[in-house]
Amino acid sequence: MSALLIRDLRLAMRAGGGFGLGLSFFLIVVVLIPFGVGPETALLSKIAPGVLWVAALLACLLSLDRIFALDFEDGSLDLLATSPLPLEGVAAVKALAHWLTTGLPLVLAAPVLGLLMSLPMAGFGPIVLSLLLGTPALSVIGAFGAALTVGIKRGGLLLSLLVLPLYVPTLIFGAEVARRGAEGQDYMTPLLMLAGISAAALALLPFASAAVLRVNLR
Amino acid sequence: MASFWEYANPLKFMRTTERVLPFITFAAVVCFVGGLIWGFFFTPDDYRQGSTVKIFYIHVPSAMMAINIWVMMLVTSLIWIVRRHHVSALAARAAAPIGAVMTLVALITGAIWGQPMWGTWWAWDPRLTSFLILFLFYLGYMALWAAIDDDDTAADLTAVLCLVGSVFALLSRYAVNFWNQGLHQAASLSLDKEENVADVFWYPALVCIAGFVLLFVALVIIRTNTEIRARRMRALMARERQA
Repeated sequence: MSALLIRDLRLAMRAGGGFGLGLSFFLIVVVLIPFGVGPETALLSKIAPGVLWVAALLACLLSLDRIFALDFEDGSLDLLATSPLPLEGVAAVKALAHWLTTGLPLVLAAPVLGLLMSLPMAGFGPIVLSLLLGTPALSVIGAFGAALTVGIKRGGLLLSLLVLPLYVPTLIFGAEVARRGAEGQDYMTPLLMLAGISAAALALLPFASAAVLRVNLR
Repeated sequence: MASFWEYANPLKFMRTTERVLPFITFAAVVCFVGGLIWGFFFTPDDYRQGSTVKIFYIHVPSAMMAINIWVMMLVTSLIWIVRRHHVSALAARAAAPIGAVMTLVALITGAIWGQPMWGTWWAWDPRLTSFLILFLFYLGYMALWAAIDDDDTAADLTAVLCLVGSVFALLSRYAVNFWNQGLHQAASLSLDKEENVADVFWYPALVCIAGFVLLFVALVIIRTNTEIRARRMRALMARERQA
């Protein structure tokens, strides 16, 4: 499993267009928002938590189709399916690799972009915490979507249509944590709900992804 | 003793459903015409809402159907996964567009009703929002069916999507509740309450609900049978090409 993880990480870093792309997308979306709504600091700091969350979610979405598509095309997914490693494990490791290359950089970049959005001081901790707990769910759910559409030519648009509704609960609780944190309220309840969603998604969705991959590989 | 699973045989399914289809269609028309005329012209106006309340006879049944059709798709998807009956998968496929339309009807009638009552076409109220999300789920489900060429693969994938989607739809429902307190009144009809709406509104509403259910059943039968025939036609054409 660790060998597969290291392979995926290497591929993501060395093959161009994967690693930094999500991060740059995150940056550019956040930079575009003030152009759209105007540079008022009060307004920006009010919408900052939500904007950061939505932008992180979109950046996550951008790289989803790479999770399985390349391996499906060159046949390494067939090899992985026949290897002693269970396909559920493969799906989980792939999601983990996606999180390490996309989710984690987003979490680390969020404070800097929060500065750009004039996020209130109290909001920095909660936004990092909520992204740290929420992005794993985004990756696992996204891996499920990627597994569903792996056999479809040009499935990118379909993938977003399938995955975005599934992101709704994660987004609601994650953004709620960030918003309450920025306004100085208690954010324990949504934080626990967010952690619960992530934990449940991590535990259950690899099975669904594997089931779907088996269908697509037969 | 005839088993329910006999209807997994497409031929048996088609024969039986086509025999009952005219009756169901007729009953649906009667219920619709009867229920709507009764509701529109023979019930008093609400003392606060005036005659706008009458959109209730379309809004409530379509909203009920929107949710129940998803549940029906969930059940048929499970049957497909467990017992691999093609008719079941096709029925789920046939039901999806009807469910999407019902959701849309509920949303639109709700907007038309909401405008005079709440002074707004749309509010990010939990019920409204969860219906919009449900509509997105229907769209994704239908798009996945449409995108895959191989029938069995499509049936399998959409069935899994329906299962996972159900969990997330339910989760969204509660998340949205948490997120915003709403304008919408509580459920008007439920089985565990002593008193629902007053009887004068209640009986025509029941007839309308029956009409919507019958309409749905008739449409699902027609669409499923069409799909079975289309598949048979494709199989025949494939065989012809080989010969």
